[in-house]
Amino acid sequence: MTVTPLGIPRRLLEFTLDGEPVRAPEGSTILDACRSAGKDIPTLCQGDTLTPKNACRVCVVEVEGSRTLVPACSRKAEAGMQVQTDTERARHSRKIVLELLASSVDLSTTPEVAGWLKEYEAKPDRFGPDAARLNEEPKVDNDLYVRDYDKCILCYKCVDACGDQWQNTFAISVVGRGFDARIAVEHDAPLTDSACVYCGNCIEVCPTGALSFKSEFDMRAAGTWDEAAQTETTTVCAYCGVGCNLTLHVQDNEIVKVTSPHDNPVTHGNLCIKGRFGYQHVQNRD
Amino acid sequence: MDLHFGDSKPTDEERAAVDALLGPPESSWEGADRSDADLRWARGGREARERRDLLLPGLHAVNDRIGWISEGALDYLCRRLTVPPAEAYGVATFYAMFSVKPRPATVLHVCTDLACAAAGASELCAGVEARLGLGSGVGVERSPCLGLCERAPAALAIKAGDPVRTAVSAPATVERAVLAASAPDSAPEEPSAALAVPQAGRAELVLLSRVGVVDPASLDDYRAHGGYTALRQAFAIGPAGVIREVTDAGLVGRGGAAFPTGRKWQATASQPDHPHYLVCNADESEPGTFKDRVVMEGDPYSLVEAMTIAAYAVGAHKGYLYLRGEYPRALQRLEHAIGQARARGLLGDDILGQGYAFDIEIRRGAGAYICGEETALFNSIEGYRGEPRSKPPFPVEKGLFGKPTAENNVETLVNVLPILTMGAQAYAAIGTGKSTGPKLFCVSGSVDRPGIYELPFGATLGELLDLAGVRKRLRAVLLGGAAGGFVRPDELDIPLTFEGTREAGTTLGSGVVLAFDDTVPLPRLLLRIAEFFRDESCGQCVPCRVGTVRQEEALHRIVERTGADAASDIALLREVGRAMKDASICGLGQTAWNAVESAIDRLGAYE
Amino acid sequence: MRKRDRTPKTYTRLEYPLVRDSRDEPFRRATWDEALDRAARGLGAARGAFGLFSCARATNEMNYVAQKFARVVMGTNNVDSCNRTCHAPSVAGLSAAFGSGGGTSSYGEVEHTDLIVMWGSNARFAHPIFFQHVLKGIRNGARMYAVDPRRTSTAEWAESWLGLNVGTDIPMAHAIGREIIHAGLANHAFIERATTGFEEYKQLVEPWTLSLAEKVTGVPAAAIRELAHAYARAERAQMCWTLGITEHHNGTDNVRALINLSLLTGHVGRFGSGLQPLRGQNNVQGGGDMGAIPNRLPGFQDILDPDTRLKFESAWDTVIQPHYGLNLTEMFEAMEEGTLKAVYCIGENPAQSEADSEQAVRRMRALDFLVVQDIFLTKTAELADVVLPATAGWAETEGTTTNSERRVQRVRRAVIPPGEAREDIDILCDLASRLGHEWKYADSEAVWNELRSMSPDHFGMTYGRLEELQGIQWPCPDTDGLEPTYLHGRLWASDPAERGRLAPFGLVQHDPPVDLTDEDYPIRLTTGRRLDSYNTGVQSGSFASPLRRGEYVELCPEDAEHYGVVVGEEVQVSSRRGAVVAPVWIDPALRPGLAFMTMHFPDEVDTNQLTIEENCPIAGTAEFKASAIRIEKLPVATHVR
Repeated sequence: MTVTPLGIPRRLLEFTLDGEPVRAPEGSTILDACRSAGKDIPTLCQGDTLTPKNACRVCVVEVEGSRTLVPACSRKAEAGMQVQTDTERARHSRKIVLELLASSVDLSTTPEVAGWLKEYEAKPDRFGPDAARLNEEPKVDNDLYVRDYDKCILCYKCVDACGDQWQNTFAISVVGRGFDARIAVEHDAPLTDSACVYCGNCIEVCPTGALSFKSEFDMRAAGTWDEAAQTETTTVCAYCGVGCNLTLHVQDNEIVKVTSPHDNPVTHGNLCIKGRFGYQHVQNRD
Repeated sequence: MDLHFGDSKPTDEERAAVDALLGPPESSWEGADRSDADLRWARGGREARERRDLLLPGLHAVNDRIGWISEGALDYLCRRLTVPPAEAYGVATFYAMFSVKPRPATVLHVCTDLACAAAGASELCAGVEARLGLGSGVGVERSPCLGLCERAPAALAIKAGDPVRTAVSAPATVERAVLAASAPDSAPEEPSAALAVPQAGRAELVLLSRVGVVDPASLDDYRAHGGYTALRQAFAIGPAGVIREVTDAGLVGRGGAAFPTGRKWQATASQPDHPHYLVCNADESEPGTFKDRVVMEGDPYSLVEAMTIAAYAVGAHKGYLYLRGEYPRALQRLEHAIGQARARGLLGDDILGQGYAFDIEIRRGAGAYICGEETALFNSIEGYRGEPRSKPPFPVEKGLFGKPTAENNVETLVNVLPILTMGAQAYAAIGTGKSTGPKLFCVSGSVDRPGIYELPFGATLGELLDLAGVRKRLRAVLLGGAAGGFVRPDELDIPLTFEGTREAGTTLGSGVVLAFDDTVPLPRLLLRIAEFFRDESCGQCVPCRVGTVRQEEALHRIVERTGADAASDIALLREVGRAMKDASICGLGQTAWNAVESAIDRLGAYE
Repeated sequence: MRKRDRTPKTYTRLEYPLVRDSRDEPFRRATWDEALDRAARGLGAARGAFGLFSCARATNEMNYVAQKFARVVMGTNNVDSCNRTCHAPSVAGLSAAFGSGGGTSSYGEVEHTDLIVMWGSNARFAHPIFFQHVLKGIRNGARMYAVDPRRTSTAEWAESWLGLNVGTDIPMAHAIGREIIHAGLANHAFIERATTGFEEYKQLVEPWTLSLAEKVTGVPAAAIRELAHAYARAERAQMCWTLGITEHHNGTDNVRALINLSLLTGHVGRFGSGLQPLRGQNNVQGGGDMGAIPNRLPGFQDILDPDTRLKFESAWDTVIQPHYGLNLTEMFEAMEEGTLKAVYCIGENPAQSEADSEQAVRRMRALDFLVVQDIFLTKTAELADVVLPATAGWAETEGTTTNSERRVQRVRRAVIPPGEAREDIDILCDLASRLGHEWKYADSEAVWNELRSMSPDHFGMTYGRLEELQGIQWPCPDTDGLEPTYLHGRLWASDPAERGRLAPFGLVQHDPPVDLTDEDYPIRLTTGRRLDSYNTGVQSGSFASPLRRGEYVELCPEDAEHYGVVVGEEVQVSSRRGAVVAPVWIDPALRPGLAFMTMHFPDEVDTNQLTIEENCPIAGTAEFKASAIRIEKLPVATHVR
């Protein structure tokens, strides 16, 4: 008979991180090891619930013997590896990546990016006033969420969350190629004509605010969105019996956004339309 | 899968095109009429989801028949293959040869890339566009390199229908290109592939010995000229013996990366995971490159035989030949050759009676330079967007369909034939110590006799150019294509070896040698290279997606500037270029700045 | 046409108590004191003829206090909740086989199993996040089989979908059992060690050949055979079901028939192998666990067991009736008979959720006294004498709920309730106090700790541990360790003492749906949920779902053509009990003779006027899944009712 599988115990690998010896369980990424060692590396496309796509390249580090820089988020640590996280070469690439993004995409709602731009002395303006930008208008085609692709860094996280990594709805894909590539549904139709089931799991993983709750979008537009004044309380969804954990973001006694803890054993950060958006009834107050 | 489909329905013709590829639908859930049985029992699951790799052939089927891919057609194809429409749309829009918007049934692709641009492509384009306006029934599209550089300028007409018709016009005039587009069936036959080989028939040729000598349609003729002796030898020495010979011969990949082929095969063969796959990369798209096309058109059986040997060595029973979508004649020759080989038991379950099974499937690309990158090519075959994967894991471990895969380009593979017929030692004696064997060079541009040249490694650039009849007033030579680098006319003593070019601070790349005289304005050429990379970037990683745009913008700004006026933009280019080289996922982004950098540093562009 | 104009009914929150002196008068606002006094008076007068509807949506703590109120204050075991309308047969069936009413596996195990059977469950719509675990399993290589009359979104993921006739689950299950036995695939080691009644079971299923099953279920014999072999040959297999199994007049029998298959193959009591009924409400599992059902005391402890009673009697200083109380269905019948005169209804909406809703409303109108405690003025509340405004359990109170995998999780107060609305427990305690029982609970944790002291299965779950571990699955008897994620591993033990009570095969017979189709009512109507809506729509109606299109009667393309109706056209839908007008939707997932509706929009189309109040005699669940209907174009020419 079968017993609860605990998996094969993981071995520890030894390697060198910025000159210091470190140990990490086999299968860890360089980023995992960095974070355990208390080193932070900027990341944008990396997500704690998704397989790294390493598309943004902001987390690149130098590995001895490698011709190019390597993405810390996805490269697995190997025994004997020599990793340098903060060389001039790595910093240069991070700075350029930040400049390239900031010069083409609206990063105004991307957490932490302002600090990184400063830290790496990035000057996105130096590409000139005519530098091509995405120039997308927010798509507001339903009452639940807004797709503001002017803020999209094409990190693929929404596509992965909607696709085979979680939701398996496959409502969206990367469409087109190169600088013209965009996230879209088939035939560039409105969301309401697509396979979208409005689970909002794409919003949950969006790192830039390109995807947002309509409630948040509207409040931002009205200037009333105030994260400092919000509380976050985790409770259990009021609908079916699966028992999804919801984190209610409340401002002025109104639920303004619903997320789910990414490490929750029931949801892994995912919800369905009812859990994500079906809260309005409690605040139908006269 | 619970797929969502819109209301659009396929036309009868679209349905027929898809059914011709996939056979009729088996149930109403796949698009057949509803039957009582369907409403009681439906099969699906894993089997249904495992047909994703037929997506690209399906898109070709519709595009070939109709000329574009409508919503109804895409939905029907998705229903047949259990592929989400959004993903299929993402795939369809990835490739330049497909359109998801209505367009005329005939499309004339006019090459505007380096060799053709130097040969007057812009005038050709303007002339053709003036003649084939709205209502002509022909759409004109500017195309990256069509691999017809020896006959620049070139144009390729594709007329959708059943069957699809194609016609090549090269060297093209406005008149001939218009004729090819309006009546592809009555366009003159393309000249023989041998005309692309100025050395054709010469005894010292090894790789090109049969081009122009054998009838490319005849298996018997191929065998009469030494065909299939290498395979017999392979069976005699066994897979390990083949790998040893290839290793000892010092063969390295000819696609540009120069990785030792024997090591790649050994690594694939020793993987415990199965099945193993062999993939031949015939997605020759580097601007200025056309050698693989000439080999495939002039000596197609050699590739079939070489793939069989390679597959035997690495323990594969299935091989994919990923062929550039813009190579209709190579496609036709190879389809014929594979069919003949199958009919004669040289492919199939029991090759040469040795109990070894192997077969080859051709998959057509659809206009994406990036698919020449090995992992992008795998994604393309699997029915995904042709975006490169991050390595590791390497293809020898997790390649096509996640299985151990040996991927080699055409030229690399055909080198295996002489290795086995002449033996590793004799082969290794050709060329230099570090670069062994013969090498094919694609010479075009400002030369009298453009074409494919075969020389042993070690010949100098000057010797090659002399052979091709380089014209006066040489201004620059581009080695290795758009991803390569420029050298000056006073550097013609560079030995054409991997180590020699590396020492000279340049690259051999895929063997492109494009000569430019001083009538071609260098900044325009660089701008064209930058446009090429901007157009061909898959868009996956930031350094390449945005970096190639910023590179093009900067080159645009300084196209008429020099000296101090250009200095700040050149500094910017260097910074962006360095990040593209260091931080891009794949070779496309990593090399997108090479040519520009070399033009600035070596040629003194903008001084 | 994709959508029609609708003005969906949205409910606004109750902010203060409402009372009225007679049912003819409108409600008027009252103070809490007045409302509670009236409620206490009305309930106190009905001792001996009282029933309590507890709430499968509220916390465990509230359900604990509510059942204690019924048992201690009112001296009755007449306490039940809407789990009766959905999953009571699962609880009854599982406890008959294994002595415990919970699903035997955990969500995580679905990701690591080899075969998944989704039987009568459109989890893709009704339990989307559970289905994500199923999808992980599928991506990990598991094969999924779907048994459902409709080819649902869930079924579209299956290796094989078996589209059986509504109400023929037992023939299908028996035929699978027979095939497993005849193919030599029964797990005799397990059968001998852990079960009883195999020989009888073998005889029972012997007539159910594949060809007979094909005749009865409509599914090809080859498909049934393939599922039988796949299930029996899998090293690990999960059997999951939802209301397609339970909402039948013989729902408990259906559940037993499925459990039999797990006993036959040993697919229970191991990691990755088990039975998962997917519960329909956030705390339908917990409500039963807390004793808010007529036959169990908190901790799912049997009321008929004298030792258990004694434990509670001494803790609560009371006498517990030594017999089962009435379940929800029986309470409604008792209303008809006049033996149940007063009801305290907390958070339930039986006026719209019961099958044959017209009858339910008539019965509640006949009550002497009805108190409704809710967050909205529901259709049920409109019938009440006293309406008490409560808090929303999941967002406005502290406490715990228990999910389908028996995981007890903390709910927390995130928003301040509106107006004078009060927490259920406070209201219950105030009422108890007015009726002579002074209960003092400092907070929900105090209630929980009282429960922990009474329920061994919950003893180890302190609030601290629940927080730290993001919930704990029962059983959790001690505060240090955790039990395996699956139940009944004991059945595999070699020591008979450890193995405990063996699991009996359920000897259940096929009994077709009561509401037969005939010339007058030729179409089988079945019901279910949509992705973005929930039950009677009181909660889910308030958010602007782009997917929502309101109620439709869904027909297959062939039937639509047969009746000459198009999408959006309104038709009359009649059953032997009532008629409604509904627009038509065409769904290719249906087949001729099979129609589908939901109960999400009772204010637009009251589907439960059509459904049949024909109940499972064991669990009391009604046969929502099978009514016979007729479709008529409007205007209806002759009325032949």
